[in-house]
Amino acid sequence: MAPPLDPSLNGRTFDPTPPYAVNREKILEFTTAIGSPLLDDGRTAPLTFPIVVAFGAMTQLMTDPSVGIELQNVVHGDQRFEYSRPVRAGDVLTGTLTVSSLRAAAGMDMLGTRTEITTTDGDPVATAYATLVHRAPAESIEGEAGA
Amino acid sequence: MSWEVGHEFAPVSFDVRRFDLVRYAGASGDFNPIHWNDRVATSVGLPGVIAHGMYTLALAGSAVTTWADGADAVLSLGARFTKPVVVPDDDAGTTVTVAGTVKSVEDGVATIDLTVTNADQNVLGMSKATVRC
Repeated sequence: MAPPLDPSLNGRTFDPTPPYAVNREKILEFTTAIGSPLLDDGRTAPLTFPIVVAFGAMTQLMTDPSVGIELQNVVHGDQRFEYSRPVRAGDVLTGTLTVSSLRAAAGMDMLGTRTEITTTDGDPVATAYATLVHRAPAESIEGEAGA
Repeated sequence: MSWEVGHEFAPVSFDVRRFDLVRYAGASGDFNPIHWNDRVATSVGLPGVIAHGMYTLALAGSAVTTWADGADAVLSLGARFTKPVVVPDDDAGTTVTVAGTVKSVEDGVATIDLTVTNADQNVLGMSKATVRC
């Protein structure tokens, strides 16, 4: 069973992710992969595109040796985005993740995360909220979780 | 857009094949092998390769932008990942269907309850979008 995470992780903010330049080719790749019609002739990204930046921020958290997460034992429990505006080609984005809640129950740690996604000029674009469930290998994927 | 409480949007269906998951892995940067490798997926107790939870949420988002005529008016989108979408290794793949109903309209913002199904089961929980209308 994975050991519980250090409670001091709650409230910790990680460094901003390296700048991510959004271009029409990346938007086309993502839109095609999900079988979706292009938005605004391919200049606007699909609604879940900010996960690319948020995922980078979550990876930073999960691979930080001081955090003690075992990557293979993490399941994505939920995900929500709040938008200031859509992501568009030409945006240069960065994400800053904060651990917004941490609770241990039944051998699992439930990590609430909030990633503020802004342009490198500091203009808000979206906030991504995710719950990461960290648990023992035998229970890690069977049953309900699907990500 | 002027939506009334109870309005039901035309459901949108998506075919999901292994090829799509591989494309999505590349597009999103999420290369977890449970989304493309049966050997790894079954070794962790899954019935086979499953779609990324974020893939399924992306399909829900695509339906929302279809109904809202773009992304500009969308204020939020989210869900819990409750059931895996198993994607067989054949040419047909599987089908995910996204339905939506206007649950409430308040101060010009509609809350849409999303029902996302695969193989007659809901695969996302608490799935909602809010849209300026």
